[in-house]
Order: sequence, then C-alpha cells, then structure tokens
Amino acid sequence: MNQIAEWDWDTKEKYIADINEWRKKFPVVRGLVASDDGEKIATVIQTEDNRFTTCVNGDVWEETFERLWSLKFTPDNKFICLTYKDYEWALAVDKEFWEDRFDSAWNLTLSPDGKNIAINVKKEESYGVSLNGNTWENRFVDARDIALSPDGTRTATLIQTKRLKEGDIFGFQEGIWTVAVDGTPWDKTFVNVWGVTFSPDSKHVAVEVRFNLYDYTIAIDGKTWEKVYNCVWEPLFKPDSNDIIAPVKTSDGWTLAINGQPVWDTYVQLWNQRFSPDGRRIAAIVAPEYGRWTIAVDNIPWNNSWSDAVLPPIFSPDSKRVAAVVKESRNPFHMESALHNVEGNNRYSIAVDGTPWPGDFEMVWDPIFSPGSDKVLAKVEKNGKYFIAIDGRIGKHGYEALWNPVFSPDGEKLLIRCVEGGRYYRRVVPIHEI
Amino acid sequence: MALAVKQKEKAWGKVLDAGLDETIKKLTPEKIEQVIKKALEKMGPGRLKTMVETCIHCGLCSEACHTYLSNDRDPTFAPVAKVKQTMWPILKNKGRVSPEFIRRAAEIAYTECNLCKRCSMYCPFGIDMAYIILSVRRICHLLGVTPLYLQDTAHSHAVTMNQMWVKQDDWIDTLQWQEEETRGEIKNPIIPINKEGADIMYSVIGPEPKFQAHLMGQAAVIMNVAGIDWTYPSFDGWDNSDMAMYSGDHEIMGRVKRAHFEAAMKLKVKKIVMGECGHAFRSIYDVGNRWLGLRMPPVPVIHAIQFYYELLREGRIKIKKKFDKPVTLHDPCNVIRGRGLHEMARYVTNALCEDFREMNPNKEYNFCCNAGGGVINCGPPWTKKRVISNRVKAEQMKATGAPIVITPCHNCHSGIEDVIKYYKLGMHTKFFSQIIVEVMEIPEKFKL
Ligand code: SF4
Ligand code: SF4
Repeated sequence: MNQIAEWDWDTKEKYIADINEWRKKFPVVRGLVASDDGEKIATVIQTEDNRFTTCVNGDVWEETFERLWSLKFTPDNKFICLTYKDYEWALAVDKEFWEDRFDSAWNLTLSPDGKNIAINVKKEESYGVSLNGNTWENRFVDARDIALSPDGTRTATLIQTKRLKEGDIFGFQEGIWTVAVDGTPWDKTFVNVWGVTFSPDSKHVAVEVRFNLYDYTIAIDGKTWEKVYNCVWEPLFKPDSNDIIAPVKTSDGWTLAINGQPVWDTYVQLWNQRFSPDGRRIAAIVAPEYGRWTIAVDNIPWNNSWSDAVLPPIFSPDSKRVAAVVKESRNPFHMESALHNVEGNNRYSIAVDGTPWPGDFEMVWDPIFSPGSDKVLAKVEKNGKYFIAIDGRIGKHGYEALWNPVFSPDGEKLLIRCVEGGRYYRRVVPIHEI
Repeated sequence: MALAVKQKEKAWGKVLDAGLDETIKKLTPEKIEQVIKKALEKMGPGRLKTMVETCIHCGLCSEACHTYLSNDRDPTFAPVAKVKQTMWPILKNKGRVSPEFIRRAAEIAYTECNLCKRCSMYCPFGIDMAYIILSVRRICHLLGVTPLYLQDTAHSHAVTMNQMWVKQDDWIDTLQWQEEETRGEIKNPIIPINKEGADIMYSVIGPEPKFQAHLMGQAAVIMNVAGIDWTYPSFDGWDNSDMAMYSGDHEIMGRVKRAHFEAAMKLKVKKIVMGECGHAFRSIYDVGNRWLGLRMPPVPVIHAIQFYYELLREGRIKIKKKFDKPVTLHDPCNVIRGRGLHEMARYVTNALCEDFREMNPNKEYNFCCNAGGGVINCGPPWTKKRVISNRVKAEQMKATGAPIVITPCHNCHSGIEDVIKYYKLGMHTKFFSQIIVEVMEIPEKFKL
C-alpha cells in the first residue's frame, strides 16, 4: 500500500507508447505486460532474423535471443524475463543477468514486495531452485512447483528423490516424492505431494500428501495430520498463525478441516478456501448440491447458486464482505460452439455477499474492493471490448486492452492502464467519472 | 470377408502382467470381502443390482461386441458373460471371492471390454455395460490389482497431471521448439503461452509433447492460418487426457480434471478446444466433471472434429486441393456414441477428401477400435490379444478398399495401426489435422 501511495495520482493522462508503431516496426509483437504503476509497458518482439528481444516503453534491448518469455515487472518497476541463448537459460533483471545459467528455468515467482525472485531450474541434468541467483547445491531427479516464503528468504519445491526404471509401479508406490525446503528434503517421502505453501511467518511448509493409492492427508514440515481422508485439496495457513485449513473428503462428502479436524458441514464439493485479512472468517467455493455452485462463508452458503462455476472468493479489506466471479448458463446442455456463444450461456458476472450484479458479461476478471470496502469493481468484457464495471454498472469507456484497475489509497480515484487506438495510456480517473 | 486368425483358441496364450500377478499375492478372501463391501456401499449397490437383475440373458448384446465376434463368438466374450464372470459373483457372494477370481475379473474388465457402450444400444433394457465394468475396475483399483502399464500411466497423471511423465520444463520447451519448427511451414507463426483473455485454450494429450510433437506444430499452423485467438498454459492442466478414469482411481481422475478446468479459468479463456482424442473428451464431458460435482465442464469443451467443422463451414480455413487418395473414417466411440459428432465428422471428411468410403456399420453403430477404454494403455503384454480380438474391425476396414483410415482419436489411431499391421491390410491411419495441413490454402501473409 505504501508503494501505491507513492505513485503519481495527479497526472490525469500519460501517453506512454504507440503500440501500433511497434507493430509496424517489427515482424511480430507479442502480448503486452504493464507495470503495476502503469508507467511502463513491455513486450517481446521478433526481429527480421527470427530472434527475440524486449521492448519497454519503446526502448528496444540491443541484445537478441533465441527464446524469451515470462516477462514481469516487480512492484518497484524492475523488469524481469527469462532468456535463452546458446543452449543456456538466464534470468535478466533490467538487462542484467544472474551469473548462473541453466538448462531450464521456469515458474518465475516474486516475493510480495518484489525484492526476491525464485525460479525452478534444471542444471547439470538435475532439478532444483534458484533464489536471487543462488542456486540450490542439492538438486534432484525432478522438481515441480515452487513456493517462495512471504519474507522472500526461503524456497520450497516438490521433488523426486530417486530415479526409477520405467514402469516400476512398485518402486513408485514405496514413495519417492517429498518436499525440499531451501535445498533440504524432508526425511519422510510419500507416494504424492501437491500444493506446497509457506506459513505467514515463513517458518513452516505444508503440502497435500498421498501415503498410498488411497489415503490422503496434510503434512506440515514433514509431519502428517493423524487423520487420513479419501481425498484432500491444497492447505492454507491462517494469517498470523500456524493453523492450517484444507478441504477433506470423508465418506459423507467434502468438508473443511482445521488442523486435521473436520469443522464444516459436508458438500458435494469444496475448494479454494480463503481467510479474511483479519483471519477470523473463512470463505470457500462449495457445491451445496450436484451441479450448483456458490460461496460458503463460515460454513453458511449464500442463498444464490450458479450452474457453471464460481471462482475463488475475495474478501474486502475490512474482512466483512466477500465477492466472487460467478458463471451461469441458461441451456447448459445445448451444443456449444468454438467460434460463437450460445445465447444465454456462459454468462459471467460478480456476486457480492451472495447478490449477483444485474448484468452479465462475456468475461469477468477477479473483483477488486475499494480500500474502504464499500465499492467493488472488475475488469469485464462486452462485445469484444474491455470495460471497468463498478458495483454492477458498466463504465463508459471500452478499451482494446485493459489491465486490472487500481484504487488510489483514499479510494477516490482509479489508475487505469489501457490501450486505445493502438496506444498505451496511463490514466488517473475519479471514480464518479468511470 | 473373414480374415483368418492364426490360431483360433486364445492365440495370445497366458499373458503375464506384474500389475495383476504380483498384486493378487497380497490379497486374501477376507481382505477382498472387506474392501468390496466398503466399495459397494459407496457405489450404491442398488443400481448395480438392478442392472444385473434386469438382464434376462437374451444375448442380444453379444452380436454387438467386437471382442465376441472377433473371437469366433466365443461365449466368454459376450457382454453379459463379462458381467457374469465379474459383478454377478461379486454381488452374489457379497464380496467374498478369491484372489484368483479378482485376477480374472481384472483381466476381463481392463482388457476385454472397451467400455464402448455398443452393446447397450442392442440391449432391450439399455443396460449400461460400461458402468458395470467400470465398477469392477474401481473394485480392482481399490484392491491394488491393475495392469502394470495402465497403473504406471495413472501414477504419471498423479505426479505430473499428464499422461506421459512430461516434466514441467519439457512441456514449455516443446511449445517453444514447436513454434520454431512451424517457422518452416508458415511465416511468423506464434504459439502463445499463457495469453490471458485469449478466446480459446487448446489442449492436447501427454503423448503429443512426448512422441508426436509435430501434431502440435500442425495445430499451430491451423490456429495461425484460421486467425484464432488461442493459447496454451505453461503450467499443469494442459493435458486433457485421463487414464485414471479407466484405472478406477477416481480421486486422481478428479484432480487431473480440476487442474485442466482451473488452467482454462486462470487464463480467462472462453472455450477449451481439444485435439483429436476420444477418452479425454469423455473424461472432461461425462465422467471426471461429474465426479467433481460439475454437471457440465465449467468452460465449454469443443472436440477437434467440431472445431474443424466450424472452421471449414465458416471459411476460416479453405481447401486448396482435396486429398486424392481414397479414405475411410473410423468413428471413435467416445465422441460419436458419446457425443454425436458423426455428421460433423462426415462434413469434415467430405470437405477435405475426394473419395470417402464409409465403413459398415458406421456412425453410432461403428465398431470400437479395441484400443479404447484404456485397453491399449495396458501395454505391450496385451497387444496380441487386443488385435486378435478386433478382427471385425480389420474386416470392416479392408472392405472399404481405402488405403487411408481417418482416426480422429489418439487411442483409435494407435490401436487401428496395430490392427492394420497384424492383419497386413496395407493401410495407414491419419488424423484430420494431418490431412488439413496437407490440403489447406496458405494465405499470402503466411507464405514463406
Ligand atoms: S467392449 Fe463394448 S460392446 Fe463389448 S462388452 Fe464392452 S462395452 Fe459392450
Ligand atoms: S441384451 Fe441386455 S438383457 Fe439381453 S443379455 Fe445382454 S445385457 Fe442382458
């Protein structure tokens, strides 16, 4: 929030770059990436000789690569990407490379303040993690998924501990997967591990595990919950605490367990649980009956439910309200088409505390609460253009491209990052003008 | 036109499979009874019992089954006999059966039935044989008795969310490499990775990046030329296939489907278009989604046959010169009987090919390839049995006189190629996508 307060909230409009011009200049211009504060816009461009480089606000990096992807801005506006040249991957931050080079590099992850960068890597035929260019010395047969601690100092990944002969189902069932934290594997191995996550204090790591083909539970720092379940989904730590919640499947259906004990009613499905910022409330996606979806807050489902899907719940900053993307089809069994929409189907909207917005859209991005928790807005798509919708009302302007808007700290203005007429703009607009 | 099988009786001999032979050693009748009792409670024994008791043993389903017909009407291959040797005794004895019985039940359920549902269309009561046999497979899974290759595939799904142990970095590498390859076909192709808000997420099955990456290159040519706003995820969830559905591991099946749907929702795409695969469609549209509590996929899933149909109908791709060799078309059970795409498949075939010859029977009455239902995924030990048990398919194909069989499904594609080889039919299989890139017009802006 501090960083946001430092952004330019006074200049009404900045015309940052002419994207159409870029398109004329280079054979191919790929997807655009905007910085959080809207001051920068980046892309990958292809040169005449089929090499790639980056273009940030029109500044073209003179160095070219065979491959280039995974563009990101840090919150303090450093520009990161993964580059490939002469059979080596390298991570570049503002055109400066980490010293270490890799056979593969992926899952680029930033700490919340953007000061720490982690990636999964393959080096010398073994897999691990590199944090800020310091590559784990311990590496493994395989590594998948990465978790970076909230303080940005620790990393964890899922690892395969032993090489197996092809088709060795018995060796596999003895358990050859576990978690490595800062390069050190847990003592205990499992048949499967998924959903690795750090605690808010960065000290603990939790995952879903499967002991054999049938018994699932949650493990924290290598120690498992006593109870086993028919299935589990990914664990989540409570803010300012080491308590863990995870959806678990009992013989009656899905419920939510806290530290191993089921505490909610059972549902046909339950997943994507979230804590309120104050840690006192829990919201999750549930299916109260087969084929109907809604949000349950503290085990009380909203009165309304939807046919197709409900996306992960989002709490307001004051922890009192919950919003989510909802999707409904009037004729769910109608033959769908790849190129057209079936009238009345695939209608996206936002529901706040169970009440859907009156309109619906072709697509809706995650809802965003105002700092005072009183307003909800979202990027929406209608007739192929992107708009901002506030509390169900669609904004006046449709854009060719739009990034999620950001509220000013006082909640009075919005930062809009958009492309109009082939040009990228950064605008600051009072809420009532949207 | 009867094709001779070298040795009529059980020409494949006794098949050894450690996934069955070793695992039953750990079982006792007591353990089996305990596991089955628990399993039946969850499955709702009423439904199974009603199905089994409704059957009047009329045998009308027998003539529907390619394994029965291909094995010279050996009565043990009749659909009803498959139930009689598996679920009947299980229900009758309330789960108290021997380890040897389970071994035989597993062999029948995993290698003698493709869950193709052709027999259900001939049964006066519409008894759902696939449901019964899948329930037998679930029991076998819970007892740990599964053909080794199929189990290995289920393990791959569990670890990687894909069918072929494709590592996360290998997937990304394949996408980038295929874009480079496609540069040899058209000018400035793009394989977009993680393009948020694209119209379509295109999904494939694990064997494509592993062994048949050129198919991904061909898909890229079609997408670029047709001007589709599309993308692949760089992360897990790109694979639409699901052999855990067939091994009986519902929990892994659900996990794999969830990853697939969530990848699409994360990328904010409006539709998922999937490549030419049948079982993957069943897992997304029928079985896996329902296990998760979803009536329909949360993001509509369009099978490649329908996608090509739409592209051709709307002129998004145009044909330069039709494919001139005679072709026949194999109707994959899961998207024809399971989804009704047969007329679209014919539209596409006729739009692409000059000389299309129907197999008989066809459309929803077509015979299964005998690779489906996870049977081909039981691996090499079972190949001989699989091809011998589909002589009718060989006869059906031979009668068309066409050198090319279009097989818009991966399992059909491989399985039919095996049948062709065994019966020396001198034919070849092709996907629609392969013919499309051969005959399509490349617009000026994409010409090299
Ligand atoms: S293979 Fe097909 S026709 Fe034969 S028993 Fe199984 S579902 Fe029925
Ligand atoms: S056709 Fe139906 S009723 Fe007759 S034997 Fe087959 S399953 Fe039983």
